[in-house]
Parts: sequence; structure tokens; C-alpha cells
Amino acid sequence: MNLSIQNKEYTGVHPHKFLLWCAMAGMVMMFAALTSAYIVRKSAGNWLEFQLPSIFWMNTAVIVLSSLTLHASYKSYCNGKEQLYKGLMLITFVLGLAFLVLQYQGWLAMNAMDIWLNTNPSASFIFVITGIHAAHLIGGVTALTIAMVYAFKLTFKVTERRKNRFELVLIYWHFVDILWLYLLIFFILQ
Amino acid sequence: MANIDIVTQEELAHGHDDHHDDDHHGDKFQSGFFSRYVFSMDHKTIAKQFLITGIIWAIIGAAMSIVFRLQLGFPEESIAWLKPILGKWIVVDDAGIGSLDQDFYYALVTMHGTILVFFVLTAGLSGTFSNLLIPLHIGARDMASPMLNMFSYWFFFLAGTIMFASLFLSTGPFAGGWTAYPPLSAVQSSMSGSGAGMTLWTVSLVLFVVSVLLGGMNYITTVINMRTKGMTMWRLPLPIWAFLVTAILGLLSFPVLASAFFLMIFDRSFGTSFYLSEIFINNAPLENVGGSPILYQHLFWFLGHPEVYIIILPAFGIVSEVLSVHSRKPIFGYKAMVMSILAIAVLAFIVWAHHMFMSGINPFIANIFVLFTLIIAVPSAVKVFNWIATLYGGNIRFNSANLFAIGFVSLFISGGLTGIFLGNSAIDIPLHDTYFVVAHFHIVMGVAAFFGMFAGIYHWFPRMYGRFMNETLGRLHFWGTMIGAYAIFWPMHYMGMAGVPRRYYNFTAFESFNQFAAMNQFITIAAIVVFALQIVFVINFFYSIFNGRKQKKMNPYGANTLEWTAPVNAGHGNWPGAIPHVHRWAYDYGKDGQEFIPQTVPLKPGEKDMGAH
Ligand code: HEM
Ligand SMILES: [Cu+2]
Repeated sequence: MNLSIQNKEYTGVHPHKFLLWCAMAGMVMMFAALTSAYIVRKSAGNWLEFQLPSIFWMNTAVIVLSSLTLHASYKSYCNGKEQLYKGLMLITFVLGLAFLVLQYQGWLAMNAMDIWLNTNPSASFIFVITGIHAAHLIGGVTALTIAMVYAFKLTFKVTERRKNRFELVLIYWHFVDILWLYLLIFFILQ
Repeated sequence: MANIDIVTQEELAHGHDDHHDDDHHGDKFQSGFFSRYVFSMDHKTIAKQFLITGIIWAIIGAAMSIVFRLQLGFPEESIAWLKPILGKWIVVDDAGIGSLDQDFYYALVTMHGTILVFFVLTAGLSGTFSNLLIPLHIGARDMASPMLNMFSYWFFFLAGTIMFASLFLSTGPFAGGWTAYPPLSAVQSSMSGSGAGMTLWTVSLVLFVVSVLLGGMNYITTVINMRTKGMTMWRLPLPIWAFLVTAILGLLSFPVLASAFFLMIFDRSFGTSFYLSEIFINNAPLENVGGSPILYQHLFWFLGHPEVYIIILPAFGIVSEVLSVHSRKPIFGYKAMVMSILAIAVLAFIVWAHHMFMSGINPFIANIFVLFTLIIAVPSAVKVFNWIATLYGGNIRFNSANLFAIGFVSLFISGGLTGIFLGNSAIDIPLHDTYFVVAHFHIVMGVAAFFGMFAGIYHWFPRMYGRFMNETLGRLHFWGTMIGAYAIFWPMHYMGMAGVPRRYYNFTAFESFNQFAAMNQFITIAAIVVFALQIVFVINFFYSIFNGRKQKKMNPYGANTLEWTAPVNAGHGNWPGAIPHVHRWAYDYGKDGQEFIPQTVPLKPGEKDMGAH
């Protein structure tokens, strides 16, 4: 059934993609609020300075790599290279999980430096903000899982509809990646 | 889930037939009872769900206000008769005199505010009319994602259920005010409602934020992408502009509230100190140091101020449409109306600190916020001027819908003026947290938004139920509420100027406030009368669903917009057959000697379109 007609002349963007953009705008506001709260709180003094554990760099490498592999997977899909598409998708999935594990290791490393959730607001902010980011990544991994189920169950065929669905996952994945880079740079500069 | 076809302009040109009715498997959205009335994905049904849930919450919230008004108006009278309903919250002394438990007074005030602001005037107003009108006004079969739309309602429902459950906790619901300032909200042991009550409050509102975001994303996407052929942005009826901007405001401000709540949850349960520092409870210091309660206020009001416009913008849109249709005149200054909505929306994000003049912010920064706050008066005045100019010289129908729309304009003027008082930090310092503020926001937001909602309900009731509401009862409802609402809130200005603080349980101990004892009684009696009139409305509403006068003509008001081109009992998809095309703006009333020219009528050769550019 044709439920709705989209008039292509208006934006030319698939409504589901437009929906995703709106959702991302909301998420940007959420992290903007958290990081501005960080700045406001920091300027009030009584702020413990400490070095981020080096695991955070590994983290960053992993998430950037995962963005690249997913992008390559998308390109392979469009070019009809089935094996490459599936393989790269699987690698991305593993990298996504690796990021979560490393994130957890990062928190443990902070604990090892005797920095706990309630040590000082500076630490609390890092735990909470990275935690909320990780929750967003879990959302991405879930979406990717669904995409993988489709990839491995359906017979391979390049269609507009499936391409479009893939793009939704891809855009969100890049978004969570860029969000992480923003947070990392923010923490370092602060 | 239904798939969406992307169609080009050329394809649309030929009749715009999307073969909606060729589906021989029937409409899967309407097959069973559950998918039709409960887990419906049809925007018209979801609108009714939002509306009726909102009505139920409005009754609960208003009933609460009657209970605390009884305490304020008649502090010495026994209210032991309420014991069967309120149970242990009515304390009966040895002499048999029943009085309201003090903590529960705060719980009632808090719940009243939370329920009315979020559940009634946000979900009940914008949820109802965005859902009902967006697809019908822009010529779409449904929302961009009917499924997210359904989720939006059910998240709201869940949020409501949890809030409702919190009313029955043995420690009572949250009692620290609708703004939930720390430390009362962040320290579990600070008062009885701050424990489990506040936990449920937070969970409920986080779910509510999800509901608003799902709804808002959908409204924005639908308005931008799904308009029918010819429906340019400058031909949109004003309600749609208002709903679009409301949704954008919500999408950008509610996530900030979610952030504030996340930090709050950590403070409450995991020992962090985002908002807490050097607090003493029962003479013992808490361990939390280093936090700032002001931080919460910044985060809260960054949402809180846009939130008041999230409440009032839909009412703006509805009132503009209703006034124009029932004055049989084009809306005056259509573009100025749109521009002022946009200006108000932008300004809404840079004035939040006017709620914090007394929180100890830097006076220099306060001045900047004074400036921006006062600038809001300009687009607000433009709107008021245009509404009055629309009425001026019109062939006005004084039906219930239009009466409420006119009443809205009156209330918005009265309440907006007191806003300008409060926007000056020097005047706000003595007036802050007095009854003057209570009067200001109840008139400009509370009652005005309700009037917008009533105008919308009376006007679009036939579009929802194929019947009309009773006009006599409707006018009784209007005049009673109009006079009654002013009777309640006007005197509060004087109390506020005399320094009577808000949120106090009892004033009998204050010599200087005793002069207001009779006034408080008067206000309480007026509140009871107004409450009774709302019951008249509710009865009229439900009675008319089944027994109201039947809608015979497809376009009963002679209106131009597309919702009246769909059949009275339109099913899912709104239009059987092709979707209508649009050729002109929505406000061609009294043009070229014709009473009205619907948007579907093509322009005559050489005729100038007032909207499109
Ligand atoms: C000309 C426009 C307006 C101006 C200059 C204005 C200004 C203000 C100021 C300065 C306050 C803070 C008072 C205090 O706490 O001491 C305030 C409170 C409030 N205003 Fe307005 N206002 C305007 C219009 C509105 C509108 C249109 C709405 C809602 C639709 C609204 C809703 C509220 C609410 C809810 C509060 C009280 C919140 C609370 O403390 O519980 N105002 N207003
Ligand atoms: Cu405000």
C-alpha cells in the first residue's frame, strides 16, 4: 500500500533519512548541553585535573577504523561485491564491540588512577558523558546487527530500498564516530 | 511498515493518484479492533488518543488545584470530608477538624504544575492538533513515519502511567515544585517526596521527553517533505507553521532537559555532586561537595523557556486559523505572522536566565537577558495587532470556537503585559516568586493555551467525530470560563505586588497578609465555579461524540483548507482516490466578491496568489 507520497521537489531526501537527521540534531543538543555544563562547572573552581588514560587513544583509532570499514562495505554493496560487503560489515561489527570493551577498560584505567565516579565533578563528567556516548554506540551496534541479519539472510541484490536502509545505518555510525572525536578533542582542550 | 514512494513533480501532475485504494488486501492499519483503536497508526486516531488522555489529565490536575485552593482560601475549615479520597493526607485532629498534610500540599502543587505543563498543554495540545491537522492540512496520507507516531503516543501513555503510580506511594509523589530544583530533587532524604516520588517523576519525564522527540521529528519531516503538489511553504495554513516551529523548539530543547535529568540521576543514586555542595540535612553535612545548583537552573530553563512557547505556539496557530475562518476575512499580515513565530522561536533560546534574576547571576549578564526578553514583546505585539486587524470589520460569527479564539487574544494581552514587568530585572527582584508570577504565567500560558485548545476542539470537533458540539453549552462554557479565569488570576497580581510569596501552605501567621484572607476565599470560590464549568465542557464533549448534531456538509464553515475536502468519515489515508492539489494560499476569504475560495480552486488567469512567492 502506498501510504504517503513524498514530493521529491521539496527536498529530495528520503523521509526516513530526514527523520534521522532530526534525531541527530536532538542528540547534538544533548551533548552540547553536557559539554557546556562541563565548562560552566569548571569555571566555578574546585576542579581536579588529571590525564586521560591512554586507552582512550586506542578507542579512537578503533572507532575511526570502524567508520572506514563500514563506508567501504557500503561502497562494495553499491558495486555489487557481495563477499567484500558482508566481510567488511562483520569487521565493523567486531570493531564496534571492541570500542565498547575498550571504553570499559578506559573506565577501569581511571579507577586504577584512583579516580572514581564521585571523586570530583571533573571525573564525574567524563564518566557520565562517555557513558552516554557508549549508550549511543550500543544503539548503532543494534542497528548494525539488524543490517547484518538482512545482509546474511536475504539473497544479495542491489536495490534502492536496501541501499537507502544501509545509508541510514551508515550515517548514524559516522555520527557517533564524529561525536566521539568531538568529545575527545573537547576533553583534551579543556 | 508501509513503504514510501518518492514521486517526481511530473508524475504528480497527472491527477496525483497514488492508487491508495487499489490495495485489495485491505488496509492493514484498520483491520482488527486493536490496530484500529488501540495501537493505531492513523494520525487521526492518534490525535484523539492524545486529546482524550490530555482531558483525563486535565481533570486530575485541576482537581488537585481545587484541593490546595481549599487550603489557601479556607485554612481554618475542616476538610475531613475529603478523607475518603485522600486518606492519610488529610490529618484529622482530636476535635475532628481535618486539615491537609503540609508535605502533601507541596506534592499537589508540584503535580498540578507538572501535569498541566507537560501532559496537558504539551502532549494534549500540540500532540492532538499536530497529529490531526498536519497531514490533513498539507495534503498527506499520514505522517512520514506512522509507526514512530504511534510510539510517540505510547511513550506519553507510559510516562503518564508512571506519574499516576507515583501518586499512590506511601511517601507521596515528588513535592519540590514542577521545576524540580536541587537540592530538594537531588537529595533523596531532603523531604518525603524526594525519594521514590522523585525517582518515578524523573523516569516519567525522561519517557515523556522521548515521546516529544519522536513526535517532533515526525512533524518536522512530514511538513518539510510530504506536502501535496502546489503546497509551498508560503501557502501553508498558519497552524502548520506553528506546529513546525513548535516541533523544532522541542527537538532542540528537550534533549537538554534529558541531560539535566541524567546528571540529576547520578547525583541522586551514584554519589556524584553535579548539583550539590555543602548541604546540611538534620544538622549533618552531606558528603557531596563541589556541585552547583545553579547549573541545574541553567539547564532546566534552557528547556523551560522554550517549553512555554512550545505550549503557546500551537495555540497561536489554531487561533489564527479560527479567527480568519469565522471572521470571513483573510488573516491580516500572513507573512508577518510567520516571521513573528520564527522571531519568537529564535529569541526563546536566549532569554532563559530571566527566570534566574534572583539566583545570583552576574548583574551585567542579567542586563543582556533583560534586553532579549523585552525584545520578545515586539513579535508578540505584531501578532496581537494582526489578530485584532483580522477581526476588524469582519463578518464575525460568535460561535464557541471563535469566542474562545477572541478570548485568547484578550488573555494573551493581559498576560504578556505582566511579562514585560517581570522581564525587567529591577522589577523582578521584588516580584519574583510571588503571586504576581503565578498570575502572569497562568493568564498568558495556562488559561490562554487552554483557550487556544478549546477553540481548536470546538472548531475541529466535526473533523474528528463527524458531529458538532452543543453550542449553547459551549457559549456558557466560554463566558463562565472567561469571567471566572480573570476572577481567579487578576486579584493575584495585587497579592504579588504586596509581596505574598507563592508556594506557601498558609498565610495566617503573617500579619501583613491577613488583609488578603477574603480575597483568597473569593479566588477559591471562583476556582470551584470554573472547575464546574470545565465539567460541563467534558460532558458536552463526550455526549456530542455520540449524540451531537450530525455534520451534513463536507465543509460546514465554508473554510479554504484541505481538511474539509476529505469525506466526513475519512478512513486511513484521508482521501479516497486522488490527493487534492493546491493552487492558492489558505486565506482567500471575501476575495473578488466570493465568500471563500478553497485552496484547491485554480487561480484565474491574471489572478494574484496572495501566498506563494
Ligand atoms: C512578553 C512576553 C513575556 C515576557 C517578557 C515574560 C517574562 C517572564 C519573566 C521575567 C518571568 C520570571 C518571573 C520570575 O520568576 O520572577 C516569567 C515567568 C514565567 N513566564 Fe513569562 N514572559 C512572557 C510571556 C510568556 C508566555 C507567552 C508564556 C507562556 C506561554 C510565559 C510563561 C511563563 C511561565 C510559565 C513563568 C513561570 C515559571 C515558574 O517560575 O514556575 N511567559 N515570564
Ligand atoms: Cu521565560
